[in-house]
Amino acid sequence: MIRAIPLLILGSMLMLSVGCTPEHLMSTFDPLGPVAAEQKMVWDFVFWAMAVVFVTVLPMLLYMTLKFKRKEGDPIPPQTHGHRNLEIAWTVLPILVLAVAAVPTLNVLKYVLEPPAGSMQVNVTGHQWWWEFEYPELGIRTANELYIPVGKPVQFNLQAKDVIHSFWVPKLGGKQDAIPTRTNVMWYQADVTSPPEGFYGQCMEFCGTSHANMRLRVHAVESDAFDIWVQAQKEPGPVAEDLSELAAEGRDYFENMDFTATYADGAVSKQRCVYCHTVDGLGISGARTGPNLTHVASRRTLLSALVTNNSENLTSWLDNPQAMKPGSRMPNPTLTDAQTVALVEYLQSLK
Amino acid sequence: MATGTRTGGILARPTSMEGVWGWVTTVDAKRIGMMYITTSILFFLWGGIQALVVRTQLSYPGAEFVSPDTYNSMFTMHALTMIFLAIMPMSVGFFNLIVPLQIGARDVAFPRMNALSYWVYLFGGLLLSMGWLFGEAASSGWFAYAPLTESAYAADRGMDFYVLGLLVLGVSSMAGAFNFIVTIINLRAPGLTWFKLPVFVWMTFITSILLVTAFPVITVALIELMFDRYLGANFFVAAQGGDPLLWQHLFWVFGHPEVYILILPAMGIVSEVLPTFARKPLFGYPVIVFSGIIIGVMGWMVWSHHMFTVGLGTVAVGVFTVTTMLIAVPTGVKVFSWMATMWKGSIALTTANLYAIGFIALFVIGGLSGVSHSMSSSDFQQQDTYYVVAHIHYVLFGGSIMALFSGLYYWFPKFTGRMMNERYGKIQFFLLFIGMNIAFGPMHWVGMDGMPRRIYTYTSNMGWDFWNMVSTLGAFLLGFSILLLLHNLVRSFKKGEIADADPWDGRTLEWSIPSPVPHYNFARIPNVVSRDDWWARKYVTGEDGVTHPIPQGGAYAENEEDVDVHSIHLPDPSYWPLVTAIGLALMGGGVVFHLAISIVGALIMLVGIYGWAFEPVNEPDEEHEEHEEQVIN
Repeated sequence: MIRAIPLLILGSMLMLSVGCTPEHLMSTFDPLGPVAAEQKMVWDFVFWAMAVVFVTVLPMLLYMTLKFKRKEGDPIPPQTHGHRNLEIAWTVLPILVLAVAAVPTLNVLKYVLEPPAGSMQVNVTGHQWWWEFEYPELGIRTANELYIPVGKPVQFNLQAKDVIHSFWVPKLGGKQDAIPTRTNVMWYQADVTSPPEGFYGQCMEFCGTSHANMRLRVHAVESDAFDIWVQAQKEPGPVAEDLSELAAEGRDYFENMDFTATYADGAVSKQRCVYCHTVDGLGISGARTGPNLTHVASRRTLLSALVTNNSENLTSWLDNPQAMKPGSRMPNPTLTDAQTVALVEYLQSLK
Repeated sequence: MATGTRTGGILARPTSMEGVWGWVTTVDAKRIGMMYITTSILFFLWGGIQALVVRTQLSYPGAEFVSPDTYNSMFTMHALTMIFLAIMPMSVGFFNLIVPLQIGARDVAFPRMNALSYWVYLFGGLLLSMGWLFGEAASSGWFAYAPLTESAYAADRGMDFYVLGLLVLGVSSMAGAFNFIVTIINLRAPGLTWFKLPVFVWMTFITSILLVTAFPVITVALIELMFDRYLGANFFVAAQGGDPLLWQHLFWVFGHPEVYILILPAMGIVSEVLPTFARKPLFGYPVIVFSGIIIGVMGWMVWSHHMFTVGLGTVAVGVFTVTTMLIAVPTGVKVFSWMATMWKGSIALTTANLYAIGFIALFVIGGLSGVSHSMSSSDFQQQDTYYVVAHIHYVLFGGSIMALFSGLYYWFPKFTGRMMNERYGKIQFFLLFIGMNIAFGPMHWVGMDGMPRRIYTYTSNMGWDFWNMVSTLGAFLLGFSILLLLHNLVRSFKKGEIADADPWDGRTLEWSIPSPVPHYNFARIPNVVSRDDWWARKYVTGEDGVTHPIPQGGAYAENEEDVDVHSIHLPDPSYWPLVTAIGLALMGGGVVFHLAISIVGALIMLVGIYGWAFEPVNEPDEEHEEHEEQVIN
């Protein structure tokens, strides 16, 4: 059985590598920007240190258990109390290893926490359970899906409206928390363009009922595509004249129609879409209670990257928000089917 | 023992040690220890059921086994139950059973306060868990970060059960800790100097000091949260200028020493088990003791590693990175010393020893993932993922629980007079070991793969499906193995093979007295001459290095006829700890339900304290009474 030990060593090494699936959407093994890459470098160092300990200590333990197993008639073993030099060695050696490990750890710490000068600014505000993004230098506000130019550093100024959230896009780097009363600063840079559905991200600090549903996407695009996106985002929503009849009706409902709103906690009141959601160009504007919808139809997803953006999902959402995002702060708007159809038509025209 | 007439106290003193009433009024540390262990095992089962609900919900994407809010309550209460109602009390149960015996004492320094600690634990645990009965179990996580715990975001009474439950439990922990500190300082047998103490006693001592110093911090935090929730204070209310981070600092300044409170007793247990079954002394005893002290002290300097991502700034994060890395050193030293204890020993693979060796393996894994967490810059990727869940379960289950189960198998004969079934035990051990690794091992990978913790569901396109299902199956295997452990405990209690005083050829003083232990522990308080004093009375090592048993007569003669055990007087049973505990629990519960209950509770507590204060330790007339020998059964 002792001869199986080398096999066990190999087996334990195999076990350690099973987890390596960089193709998965939220994998931390697929760094696509410098922040993620530096953090991965620190991880690689500690991983190999851990692996060495794992494949030496554990098989050693097994070996000792078998080799020194008591047999009938064995004498009482020598009553060794200690060994000074050995004890010094195994105290000093770990300290040295850790001291060596500390150097890249601390250097990378400084690197990832300090955005480069001239980074593009994005203000991130976490809400229960969606992400608000504002580009202060560009005068744009959007939600849940972020666009950034490839190859340029982006600084995120993290805030939170209600409870603590945490902003994370694994393939671009580590996370920082978004905490009410303070602004936390972090940065990412994407070195490659993202696939069509974007880089996946998620809120990483437990924030209540629908914490599991608070996700996000980051689209990293070439500079010219980014500029086009910025220009489009600056456009206000279409006026009634530029809309189909049904969509114009929806626009009118959006801005002017009161409905009975039933909230998750049972409260009931009269509300209007525009009281919580901003669409630039309407008479009433500036509401930040819910996501900015000016260009909602340009997003690939809805409900903080929870479902695909299409009429069916939008209709279901208006029908019963609680069913799609339990606990959602969006109340159930009591609407007729005709009103829902018109609103969906309008929202789908907000490109 | 007592005459039953009104003497110094207010009510008639309980008279008998028999029956249920005997247990309810007991002040005997051995009985209190068994009550702690039994109750903690029941809460452990409850915490385990909650875990299985969590795992079932996560076994496949989009499951609807429980609602999101129920799920959030499940992981919250699972953690609270396991930490405060299972692991800590099981450790305290062992303190009660083992420490007096290992130091040659008859009981702890304050027997009635000892009883109080148990009853307050039971009632506090019930109060903490009571939210389930009302569909209002706490659902903001065991760490309860503000502002999520403020009334605006946690409107139901879940957080109130949390706050008051933990405040009441804190009294139990602190009372117990003070008791053991005084016991260990004051009640050691003659000749038992500090560096002859068994390591389990040292770990009890250090843990007790940590309890006494850490619990006040969480108490302050809980009171501040209570003020926010009930009295409109704004300690943590962001909108009014409060600071959510204040909660985190207070919680983790408590929380980190708390995790050492959870692991040090376990380290103490394996430090007893491994030498016994290797027939060698603990390797590097002074270094192990010093490492324990250093861990206790350094445990205060690392708390913000739980807060690496809150934006403390490069310098602060850097400092905590370094301190956290350093605390791995004394822990590593202990592991190497335990392995060196086994080296060239004569190792008996009893179930107790299998658990202790398993502890080393699993705790090393948990410690390694802990080291990776200490490297803050890369930890920004692992923080709040399942990688952390893997780490905590390897150190808490693979560490604390494994060691506590080792203690169960090891000391079961001493307190019940029967052996646990070894064959059954080994099967149970292997199923547990395998189940545990299947349940928690994959969490490392799924965490590095980006799976967040504390989510009630996930989608199939993430690639997490397979390992989540595997983990769930492992969890059920683990649960099954626990049922086997329970069965072994109950069956062995009733029909196990009768045990000797010293079935393992042990090294420490508890093996020098009969199994089960008589009420008075030692007929004659021993005079201690060396570390591992019992072993030293059985064996001598010649100059040739060979160890021989000492011929008959050299071993400590525990001959009960030689000592008039009837002349040994121990503190009489008492109602007052129970009464006081009821009062305290009602005071806490009343804050959640109705203040009138608190007022009644306060009055009961005052009556309890008053009665207690005027009750003598022993009823005065008993020297002249004929009394039966009291034996613990």
